[in-house]
Amino acid sequence: MSTQPALIAEGIEATATLEDGKARRRPASAVRSRGNKPSMSLMIVLLLCAITVVVPLYVTVSMAFKTQAQAVDGNAFSLPAPFSVDGFVTAWNLTNFPAAFGVSVVVTAGTVIGTVLLGALASYAISRNWDRKLFRYSFFYLLAAMFIPFPVVALPQIQLTGLLGLDNPVGVTILHIMFQLSFSILLFTAFLRSIPSELEESARLDGATTWQTFWRLIFPLLAPMSATVGIFAFLASWNDFMMPSLITSNPALQTLPVVQSIFQTQFSNNYNVSFASYLMAMAPAIIVYLFTQRWVMEGVTQGAVKG
Amino acid sequence: MTTTTVPRRPRRKVEGIYYAFLVPSLLLFTLAITVPAIIGIFFSFTNSIGFGEWEIVGLINYIAMFSDPAILSSYLFTFGFAAVTVVLVNAIAFLLAVGLTAKIRLKTALRTVFVIPMVVSGIIIAYVFNFLFSNSLPAFGQATGIGVLSESILANPDLAWIGIVIVTAWQAIPGTLLIYIAGLLAVPGDVYEAADLDGASKWQQLLRITLPLVVGYVIINVLLGFKNFLNAYDVIVGLTNGGPGTATRSIPMTIVTGFTGGDYAYQMANATMFFVIVVVISLLQLRITRGRNAI
Repeated sequence: MSTQPALIAEGIEATATLEDGKARRRPASAVRSRGNKPSMSLMIVLLLCAITVVVPLYVTVSMAFKTQAQAVDGNAFSLPAPFSVDGFVTAWNLTNFPAAFGVSVVVTAGTVIGTVLLGALASYAISRNWDRKLFRYSFFYLLAAMFIPFPVVALPQIQLTGLLGLDNPVGVTILHIMFQLSFSILLFTAFLRSIPSELEESARLDGATTWQTFWRLIFPLLAPMSATVGIFAFLASWNDFMMPSLITSNPALQTLPVVQSIFQTQFSNNYNVSFASYLMAMAPAIIVYLFTQRWVMEGVTQGAVKG
Repeated sequence: MTTTTVPRRPRRKVEGIYYAFLVPSLLLFTLAITVPAIIGIFFSFTNSIGFGEWEIVGLINYIAMFSDPAILSSYLFTFGFAAVTVVLVNAIAFLLAVGLTAKIRLKTALRTVFVIPMVVSGIIIAYVFNFLFSNSLPAFGQATGIGVLSESILANPDLAWIGIVIVTAWQAIPGTLLIYIAGLLAVPGDVYEAADLDGASKWQQLLRITLPLVVGYVIINVLLGFKNFLNAYDVIVGLTNGGPGTATRSIPMTIVTGFTGGDYAYQMANATMFFVIVVVISLLQLRITRGRNAI
């Protein structure tokens, strides 16, 4: 039964490491070049490595803005000349973009809200009743999802969602939440243990009920964890292909990553159209990332113990 | 069971509202994951085709798996692919992390760029690479006269896996990199000062000091990565869809064929087998991370 404190300690320590790292940057901890001058050659090597990240993204953007004539000429790396948005217009209609985008937004928003709320509520109940078997065992039970990748349960889930009338975006949302839940409970319980009990006791003395304590005191305190949990739920849900493609039976209710497959079967030479479509599906995640980098980067370290 | 004699404080009453906080998660989780897992394991011992009548056939499905070339080749491909990718990803991510924790300009901007692949949809970036592998790379191969590259590597049963390794690595490096950065930042700076005084070269310091100090992070990254790569699906669908033929069909792709292929029970046996393997790797990971307080 001692697995749990160990896990939690790791979660906290991982956070501490990252923050420590920031605070301790002066003594230049891990690092080779301790001279006073920043290394130019190293920076150039890293910039060259960064090109491998940028090239596929550059190709996507530049292809998307080409005319169809230029897109099929075989040179993926040329700049668009002339600049054209025809690809976007055609892609918008071919994939029925507003519908697929809408489904993606609903599934992703539902996953984010569901993961944060269910995770926070369950974690609060668990951490405040740790002395009770039901709550302690529930923790291990909910964490067990870390051991079950989707492919293992995919076939029965396809059957079951079909039987229950959940072979649609609602079913996908529920499954996304359930596969995210263990990560969120791991982070939330670790954080809840670090909140001093005096805070809560003083709220209780002022006559607050458990319900009020949770919403007015605990949930706001959990905000940084909720941000991390929420962003990872967003990325996992927005980018997922396997689950919606298998669970949702009506093609008209498919998410953005799934509808891109039409360019593999039909329209396969309209490269400007397909790349415009890829760009529209990718862009939201990249934009969210650029605004929330800190939480994304910290979340990876905190989640390293997740499996 | 021996703890019953341990004195405990009087049982306080648990407020009802705590149950209301916990029960929705428990119920949904049971319905969405536990029940399907039990159904799946149960049907792996039957001859069900996914609907209609069935009967219990014992271990026949499991025994059949061991002589089924389709299953064996998917296990061979998936484990081989996961092993190669895990080595490649960790080597590159570790070196990048060393660079990104060194004293350089543009550090923040570089980190921002290196993490982008993590937030891009696997299937979509696979489609993009599919275009590059099928069009740009052959064009380059023809122009330079490199015979192997003059045709799409994805159409070559012997080379297609390399394309899958490249795209999977492209996506997996950021997460691994961030964990290594956290590990490197936790190494105290004075150990290098001592090494400097002793005249150790940078390479010696990297191999003899840094690497042993972050070995816990290496183990985490290797196990975590290996487990993720065994679940490869989206990227393969976007690049080769398991082809040419079945050369690049991963275990998850094989399992999913049970949905349409009429061998539901058989593929559930496959899934159960796969589950056992994943659990073993996860337990190994838990054991190791618990044993090390370094991380």
